[in-house]
Amino acid sequence: MTEAIGVTGLVKSFGRTQVLNGLDLHVEAGEVHGFLGPNGAGKSTTIRILLGLMRRSGGDVRLLGGDPWSDATALHRRLAYVPGDVTLWPTLTGGEVIDLLGQLRGGLNRRRRDELLDRFDLDPRKKARTYSKGNRQKVALVAALASDAELLILDEPTSGLDPLMEEVFRQVVLEEHRRGGRTVLLSSHILTEVEALCHRLTIIREGRTVETGTLASLRHLTRTTIDAELVGAVNGLGTLPGVHDLRVDDHHVTFDVDTETLEPALRKLIDAGVRSLTSKPPTLEELFLRQYAR
Amino acid sequence: MTGTGTLIRLILRRDRVLLPLWAILVALIPAGYASSFKGLFPTAADLAGYARVSMSSPGFIALYGPLRGDSLGEIVAWRAGFFPVIIGLISLLTVIRHTRTEEEAGRTELIGSGIVGRHAAFAAALITTVGANLVLFAIISVTMIGQGQPVGGSVLLGLSFALSGCVFAALGAVTAQLSGSARTARSIAIVVLGVAFVLRLAGDVDTGVSWLSWVSPIGWVQHVFAYGENDVLPLLLALLLVAGLVVLGSVLVSRRDVGEGLIAARPGPATGTISGPIGLAWRLHRGVLTGWILGFAALGLVFGGVASSIADLAADNSDLAAILRRLGGNSFLVGMIAVLGLIAAAYGVQAALRLRDEEATGHTEAILATPVGRLRWLASHVVFSLLGPAAALLVGGLLCGLTAGGHQLATVLGAAAAQLPAVWVLTALTVLLFGAFPRQASAAWGAVAACFLILMMGAVLGLDQWVLDLSPFTHVGHGLSATPFVTLTAIAAVLATAGTLAFRHRDIPSA
Repeated sequence: MTEAIGVTGLVKSFGRTQVLNGLDLHVEAGEVHGFLGPNGAGKSTTIRILLGLMRRSGGDVRLLGGDPWSDATALHRRLAYVPGDVTLWPTLTGGEVIDLLGQLRGGLNRRRRDELLDRFDLDPRKKARTYSKGNRQKVALVAALASDAELLILDEPTSGLDPLMEEVFRQVVLEEHRRGGRTVLLSSHILTEVEALCHRLTIIREGRTVETGTLASLRHLTRTTIDAELVGAVNGLGTLPGVHDLRVDDHHVTFDVDTETLEPALRKLIDAGVRSLTSKPPTLEELFLRQYAR
Repeated sequence: MTGTGTLIRLILRRDRVLLPLWAILVALIPAGYASSFKGLFPTAADLAGYARVSMSSPGFIALYGPLRGDSLGEIVAWRAGFFPVIIGLISLLTVIRHTRTEEEAGRTELIGSGIVGRHAAFAAALITTVGANLVLFAIISVTMIGQGQPVGGSVLLGLSFALSGCVFAALGAVTAQLSGSARTARSIAIVVLGVAFVLRLAGDVDTGVSWLSWVSPIGWVQHVFAYGENDVLPLLLALLLVAGLVVLGSVLVSRRDVGEGLIAARPGPATGTISGPIGLAWRLHRGVLTGWILGFAALGLVFGGVASSIADLAADNSDLAAILRRLGGNSFLVGMIAVLGLIAAAYGVQAALRLRDEEATGHTEAILATPVGRLRWLASHVVFSLLGPAAALLVGGLLCGLTAGGHQLATVLGAAAAQLPAVWVLTALTVLLFGAFPRQASAAWGAVAACFLILMMGAVLGLDQWVLDLSPFTHVGHGLSATPFVTLTAIAAVLATAGTLAFRHRDIPSA
């Protein structure tokens, strides 16, 4: 597999403030890659550097085998971009904007454009001035998805969409991916969306990559919640490193446990005799909260 | 009206530099005139001589209005006769900036959800602008009295200028309700201001239609004749008009939805035919281009018509003919073309600033994320900011020359063409500012204002030659000649190239 996006040690500073401090981001060709981080972590700045709108201060950036700054025009023939905050020319209609962006990218699939308009339930005859945030977002989405670009860069593409439209977006991205094996870089805050669409993800914080990998491997890094009814008393559980928030109420124990301590912790329970046991895998939210708040 | 006080504080915070700057600067100029006239014309006889020449110069009457007396105060009031247009323009821009521009950007929605009345934004913008005009009134009156001028005349002069600001502030508040777009609201208000000026000009120069200047609020201001007749009636008319416009505006506010105008948006085509950056630029510039060309056509017709009626007058009046000869054969027409040149520069700067508008709203980002390169995008807008003013000057010059009489056509067209490189210098300066200092790009308006001050007031204020030389318009001759044309064009080319290079190497900031 070749790499669609390869970012190593990316640095970007504005005057004396450093926004990106050695960020890494590697996206394989053909995968849907989630790009996550709290507000102000540097997601949009990274994307702007990938698009050649901003110049990097340091580090190495490869996009579809080229340099995003010096090869911008050539690379842009092969990608489509949806910004997080879509602004449109107020006097143009939605249809005109879609066709303009399509033309600039070298033509778009007309049948697909009409189908997408229909699925996103968007009236292309309205002046952009009158569109709501969600509808502006749809215009940019239709323009990007109706193109034949091999790489889609989506910066919080569903912000402002209603849940029904979010679902349409998910289906369309999955279909696109199945159909053509397009590469997607998806920056998002909506965790269910990331969970449903992404193969791998990268979490950044304060301009640095803090985690990257598949969802399963990231889950591995965090804690499982155990809730058990025991026959006898449990001994030494509280002294195990990696056991957190232990609560013992007569024969009932609940605690969180790090993945590497799971086995010794379970042994202690079995020694005490288990009547019933539930274990809850960490949710993506918990994963996030832990990463973001660190 | 609830929340108006808070909004006024918000406006004062946002405009804390701009608002006092223009009010104080403009207000100090009449006293500056008074002191420099004292130096230029030390005796009453000198003043009377200057007044005599000025009274019969059609070019002066066209720009500044009629002059009826020869006291220092009257001459100052007359020479400041273009001020109502400037004050009116700044006032209407200020009001629209704090009403429709805010609404279009969606910020009114944010504020409207707080404890803020429906009319609060409208009232706050008007009250602040009227307040700035009252400051202007106070400064003009006090400084003119300080120059030893009569109290009554000084108060009336300040009042008349402040009221011209109030009239156009109220007009801006009305046009801001008509359309959903700040650009359209500005255009309508500026056209009305332009028509008011042209009506006044035509009525004052051509005595056969002198009633025309009584139709124009700009004309009213001048018919006060401060320090001379001190007539209060025109000011009452202006006050009534302000009241009427404010009532009209507030009725319109209560009849429409936030974000919408009275002119409803119609559905447009479902598919587009715009094929590239230049096609998009044409869509974005064509409305403004058409408006400017129509405006220049109208100005050309008026200037040409006035010039031909002056020629008729001179044929019957040997005194006037002698004065006109002394001022240089067709000084009126050449003077008017110089004014057209400056107006064309304002258009050039406005069109070039579209670059910054597009960038600041995030539209540039959408275009540059496609295979369109930076140079191609930049060029698509720069073409319009260079050729648009050229087309406007051509149309204005052509119509002016034709109505002035066929034999004038070549002279007038030559004079118009000579203005073009100076216009391009200001356009190119805007491109440079956009490339190198995008956030400060609108400082280009300061350059236009400086050129305007130098052309209109440089001689009277007794500025040094090197200051006058800063304006490209100082170097434009009366007709087409090679040296200034080539030099100014080369300067424009250098500035534009530097701007382009800077733009290609900088970041596109997020919207």
